[in-house]
Amino acid sequence: MRPEAISRLADYDVAVVGGGSAGLSAAIAAYDAGATRVLVLERDVRLGGILNQCIHNGFGLHRFGEELTGPEYAARYERALGERPIDVMTQTTVLRVVPGQGIVAVSPEHGVFRICCKAVVLAMGCRERPRGALDIPGTRPAGVFTAGTAQHLVNVEGVLPGREVVILGSGDIGLIMARRLTLEGAHVRCVAELMPYSGGLKRNIVQCLDDFGIPLLLSHTVVGVEGQGRVSAITLAKVDDRLRPIPGTEERIPCDTLLLSVGLLPENELSREAGVRINPATRGAYVDDSLMTSVPGVFACGNVLHVHDLVDFVSEEAAHAGECAARYAMGDGSTDTGVAVTVVAGDGVRYTVPSSLHPRTMPEAVTLRFRVTGVREHCRLSAYLGNERVSTRRRDIVVPGEMQELKVRAEQLASAGGDEPLTVVVEGA
Amino acid sequence: MERETLTCIRCPRGCQVTVSLEGGEVVAVEGNCCPRGEAYARKEVTAPERVVTTTVPVDGSTDWAVVSVKTAGDVPKRLVESVVAELSGVRAEAPVHIGDVVLRDVCGTGVDVVATRDAI
Repeated sequence: MRPEAISRLADYDVAVVGGGSAGLSAAIAAYDAGATRVLVLERDVRLGGILNQCIHNGFGLHRFGEELTGPEYAARYERALGERPIDVMTQTTVLRVVPGQGIVAVSPEHGVFRICCKAVVLAMGCRERPRGALDIPGTRPAGVFTAGTAQHLVNVEGVLPGREVVILGSGDIGLIMARRLTLEGAHVRCVAELMPYSGGLKRNIVQCLDDFGIPLLLSHTVVGVEGQGRVSAITLAKVDDRLRPIPGTEERIPCDTLLLSVGLLPENELSREAGVRINPATRGAYVDDSLMTSVPGVFACGNVLHVHDLVDFVSEEAAHAGECAARYAMGDGSTDTGVAVTVVAGDGVRYTVPSSLHPRTMPEAVTLRFRVTGVREHCRLSAYLGNERVSTRRRDIVVPGEMQELKVRAEQLASAGGDEPLTVVVEGA
Repeated sequence: MERETLTCIRCPRGCQVTVSLEGGEVVAVEGNCCPRGEAYARKEVTAPERVVTTTVPVDGSTDWAVVSVKTAGDVPKRLVESVVAELSGVRAEAPVHIGDVVLRDVCGTGVDVVATRDAI
């Protein structure tokens, strides 16, 4: 159906797609930056997103200077949102983002409707990589869950998904669930990780595995799943340096549950349909220093842009997106941002966000966020404009599982002509 | 002198902190990036502590089957499983608000267990 044929419910300056940590922060910042008509669209029955099921603590150290649990962190943002005249629609699924026009959505209350808005902030978050994406051989019994599904069952529904558990993948959710299931009386046999290093934060290995004597088997993967009806056993094997299972190293482990914590995928179906260019390295949008995508007036932030480790940085990034979206919505329509400097992922760097900067219009300082390709000790993270090093910081150790940051100041890019990229590298100390 | 290396869990940075001990007394802490790291390391080698988070069933709430809770402060690490065991007999009654005490003085630690979400 053509968007114009759908009933128009209301007009907004900024519409935010998603009411999780990114969406809440973006909406608040958009209002505070002068957008008086702000709307948050959330498909769940409540705001807060994934924070609602992350009942462990450790959130908010950067943002609030104290350790909060996920629900407490979300509640602070919900309260701040509630103090402002920001509209919220829950149980509302966005069907389409129509660049330059607005949003088509559906809800039990309004049916299919559209809203017009001047700017859109994409804050849909990410999804877990499911079993189907892994090519695990074996039967298809019940008892195979993503770690986040298990987390929802335990922490929101109050249901224990299994008793003898093997976890594949050492992402943070998998580590957190190893502890959580142990405390709820399940027996977690081990966490198997394909790579020779963990994908999770060091602190989670200490407090979720070491504290409970749960073994972490690096360079291991699942090569078989058995069970009729329910999982009865899985088979693990060691992998070689090309990640291929080594024959003869198989070990059969009787269990009733396999949890998968094997990566997160930004949820960009709406972005793609809207014509937003996607970076294959992040599976999120290419954005500039204002976190605007390749489609004018469409901004992105949080886990839909690139998967973060810490909610604090999601909030910070989303606030910037919200502020820039408000400025775009309330602006004079001028889009002359001057020369653009491309940001390139150089040696040892997998991707950067943003992927372009406008030295003339960018904030005084912009935080480049990126991930490294491998573990490096005693190194430097640096940004070069041609041969000139414009930013650098020393790090004792960097690992792919931890997002890195580097600040770049606008004045350092003043001489940039636009033909020379800004290259971010990992180099010797 | 005895040396012990541990990973600080006070923040996601995960500093590798080395503690030097003499006769059970901490004489030096190195490798930490901030004072929290030193405090953590001193505690961890002498009397390790953790915050415990879990859920308890809630009765009478329209939204929630369980309400998330935490110990309002650190409890001895060796008591983590006892805290959870003591909480397994506890039910909350809606309405529950963030910060409401769900169980006082858990396991005789002097630390209360409080709700971390509203369950109305």
